[in-house]
Amino acid sequence: MAKVLMKGNEALGAAAIKAGCRYFFGYPITPQNEVPEYMAREMPKAGGVFVQAESEVAAINMVYGAASTGARVMTSSSSPGISLKQEGLSYIAAAELPCLIVNMMRSGPGLGGIQPSQADYFQATRGGGNGDYYMPVFAPASVQELVDLVPLSFDLADEYRTPVMILGDGMIGQIMESVEFHEAPPRPLPSKEDWITVGTGEKRSPHIVNTLRIVPEVLEKFLNGYFNKLETIKQKECRWEEYGLEGAEIVLVAYGTTSRIVKSALASLAGEGIKAGLIRPITLWPYPQRAFDRIPPSAKALMSVEMSAGQMLDDVKIASAGRWPVHFFGRSGGMVPTPGEVAGAVKQLLGDRE
Amino acid sequence: MKDQGFLEEIIIAGFGGQGVLSAGMILAYAGMLEGKNVAWLPSYGPEMRGGTANCNVVLSDDPVGSPVVSQADTLIVMNGPSLDKFENHVRPGGIIIVNSSLIERKVSRKDVTAYYFPLNDAAAELGSAKAANIVLLGAYMALKGFPQKPAVLESFLKVFGEGKKKFLPINEQALLKGQSLVN
Repeated sequence: MAKVLMKGNEALGAAAIKAGCRYFFGYPITPQNEVPEYMAREMPKAGGVFVQAESEVAAINMVYGAASTGARVMTSSSSPGISLKQEGLSYIAAAELPCLIVNMMRSGPGLGGIQPSQADYFQATRGGGNGDYYMPVFAPASVQELVDLVPLSFDLADEYRTPVMILGDGMIGQIMESVEFHEAPPRPLPSKEDWITVGTGEKRSPHIVNTLRIVPEVLEKFLNGYFNKLETIKQKECRWEEYGLEGAEIVLVAYGTTSRIVKSALASLAGEGIKAGLIRPITLWPYPQRAFDRIPPSAKALMSVEMSAGQMLDDVKIASAGRWPVHFFGRSGGMVPTPGEVAGAVKQLLGDRE
Repeated sequence: MKDQGFLEEIIIAGFGGQGVLSAGMILAYAGMLEGKNVAWLPSYGPEMRGGTANCNVVLSDDPVGSPVVSQADTLIVMNGPSLDKFENHVRPGGIIIVNSSLIERKVSRKDVTAYYFPLNDAAAELGSAKAANIVLLGAYMALKGFPQKPAVLESFLKVFGEGKKKFLPINEQALLKGQSLVN
């Protein structure tokens, strides 16, 4: 298929339908409104169902229901709306149901603003709902990567029976870039026959979706199996990009759209003879800690760059395991850092060290 | 970074309804059709209704880094407030295209090249006041030497839809009009 110029939000919708998603439940919020708009228009053409729910809480519980039948289902929202979905998300994780949740982050806390932000990192990677759960979280840096991560997200959700989140921001939702829709490499997926609630036909006992496990021994036994599953995901599903690490004096760590701003900063630093590299986590959970073992001895410090007050910073510190001093540069409140600001922060840090 | 291959960073700004977002979209689409990596990023938010609108366009041989343009190679301003807001967001040596139909003042910076074109008047002469943004594209093409007219006309259909094909001739005239303002 030829390249087309598409908005991130619309490309997301197109990729989801192409990946076999046939159910979308959502509620409007800027800056992701083009997702439900696209789905309202295109999902019926694909024989699917679009519902604009009465609230985010309703939408996530519709996802819960559809996922119980084994259908490919998704919802999308932006920060305050994703907060409203946390209870449902915890239930979906506890019921081990596959689905895709997309958060095009805007600034917070509270209603905050509508400009791009990365301040929901903790919520996405630590489990914003109650209980001991995690879910895979992907952070696309371009519309093309967003489109490529959608089928992978649905496949991972089916393979591990888990909700999967794509964590974008207002910029990736609003930007138009050229994009190509590739055929996703087929992934062998387990049958859903032994758990989906689609009617017994009076030929078997009912499958039951339930998250109430009132007997502690029963719940702990379930959780031990659940944690084993998370461990497998940690081992097998970490993804990241390494950029310009060789000979780097300092390694920056950034994800999503911020990583692109960092790449522009690195190019201007290189022009001034300063070698700086980048680790770009593509999965935020599981966090690609192994990437940090590949940092060369030339590196004397790390710097996390984020559109927040410093959230991924914690994961960078954990991954660094005390091997390097870890610094931070960020803008928040919907302010987007410029390449010049990032380059300036690096130069100031290197200057301070001399 | 500038010597590592073609890179053109553009800010187009005006008030809502002047077609600055669609002009940027056509530019990005045409850039893509001519083999460039492109990004188009709109301002979005409460300021769009009745207020100012702007978009950033990046055309590049390399994958596009920051899609946010803080120091533009080219700034195009369709109204006065946009010139006030973005005059300092142009790199030294860059250019500023000013819609002199609506902007009376001159560019105050001395380290950029300013061009003054009466885009609204030129569009009105064609009998299509709404085509000022297309006249603008014609002027841009003449100044920069890209993108080429076939790519721009194809992009027009991609952005506005095949249903707007009947407006292709007037838009082609608007492009030529814009080019004539430069030459």
